[in-house]
Amino acid sequence: MLITIVVELKDQPGQLLKALEPISRFGGNIVSVYHQRDKITPLKRIPVEITIQIDEKRVNDLIEAIRKNGVIVRSYNEVRLTATTSLLLIGHIIHTDLGDTINRIDSTGFAEVVDMHISMPQLNQPSTAMVTISATNEEKLKRAIEILKNTCREKDITVIEPLELQ
Amino acid sequence: MIKIAIFGFGAVGQGVAEVLLTKRDSLRRLIGDFKVVAVTDSRGGIVDENGVDLAKALEIKRKNKRLPEGITTLDVIESLDFDVCIEVTVTNIEHGEPGLTHIRECLKRGINVVTSNKGPLVVAYSKLADLADRNDAKLMFEATVGGAMPIIKLVKNDLAGNEIYAIKGILNGTCNYILSRMEKEKLSYDQILAEAKELGIAEADPTYDVEGIDAAAKLVIIANSLMGMNVKFDDVERVGITKITPEAFEVAMDKGYTIRLIAEVDRAEGVLRVSPRLIPIQHPLAISGTLNAALIKTDLAGDVVVVGKGAGSKETASAIVSDLVELYRC
Repeated sequence: MLITIVVELKDQPGQLLKALEPISRFGGNIVSVYHQRDKITPLKRIPVEITIQIDEKRVNDLIEAIRKNGVIVRSYNEVRLTATTSLLLIGHIIHTDLGDTINRIDSTGFAEVVDMHISMPQLNQPSTAMVTISATNEEKLKRAIEILKNTCREKDITVIEPLELQ
Repeated sequence: MIKIAIFGFGAVGQGVAEVLLTKRDSLRRLIGDFKVVAVTDSRGGIVDENGVDLAKALEIKRKNKRLPEGITTLDVIESLDFDVCIEVTVTNIEHGEPGLTHIRECLKRGINVVTSNKGPLVVAYSKLADLADRNDAKLMFEATVGGAMPIIKLVKNDLAGNEIYAIKGILNGTCNYILSRMEKEKLSYDQILAEAKELGIAEADPTYDVEGIDAAAKLVIIANSLMGMNVKFDDVERVGITKITPEAFEVAMDKGYTIRLIAEVDRAEGVLRVSPRLIPIQHPLAISGTLNAALIKTDLAGDVVVVGKGAGSKETASAIVSDLVELYRC
């Protein structure tokens, strides 16, 4: 799952590492780190927003580990994927490594393939898949669609996009 | 007295001649007296300063498949006195000829032009528009896009003052026929294409339609003439319909979509493309058969949708006659 953690760090070297080190230890993948320097706290700490992709079951342990490192965790939330759209793929979808095609979207950290419906008429015939992608916002959804289009161009798969992103 | 010359006497030229003939009286009430002083085709033509007998010209063309030789369109432009040319020769979107030369030579002489020929406009819209302006002539081209479906004058006149954000449309009736039949019959692209050829809806070589070339040419005309852009044919991202499977329609339908070939220009998004798209089945662009449709997104009027017959000699003649009336309405 995708989560956002907001930590408060002292404005000193080495502070960020204390927050980041447990993430790799728990198998998390850092998507973005954003220093909110304009929101400095009265105690001169800097809020830092860290977005990561991590196994849902390990989130609590991760937060615990970050706290143990002496870092203040102000909040953490699952990132909601608010923009969703469906696209149709036509071609040799399975034999061109479907796992890889999906992973190129999922590994972005801002978008996921959330549903897929495949129709395979006959062996060696092109298959058709309706792929539903969700992303954190419409801008990111557009980027995910571009990634999918580029992947499919490589694999000679035809992409049929929706008329409008809803 | 309006003196008209018709260049090109194929299906469209003949359709125009028929309308001028059969609707002579009602057209006269609209634009005043008119006569056709020349009709030419690729091999020859008929010229009569007192007015060509159109019924006879049609009869000769149908019997001999050609007009009498000995005269060229350029001879007519150089030597004959006329007010407006109806340029309906064959489209070539690579070099625009022979229509490009015909239109250029007419505009240079201050002669108004009404055309259904996409080629010259795709190749040289802005140059031709400038040439028309400089010589106080008018270039009218409703018939180049969407056949009888009104779009050029609709945007220029009825939506005047609006900013046009985007236009999305079905601009090729052949593709729309094939896709809507695939949707209904669950048959393969090849089977429906064969049917379309038999019905005369698709050409023997359907490349121009099914690869989206025709729709892309029309999109270029729309972008340049209605949205103030300056794009070329090669700027259009283009995907045809040949790879679409019957299963694609089934899978799409499960989610409430159908598939249509959509030409889209969106200035803010930088989109200029022709490609198959998923359309919600209740969407106004989810039309069937050989129809054309366009969704025009504007700032003041909101969304405007037009639907109409996109091809056919009578339908194209409708667009040409409407341009003629626009030029000369009393």
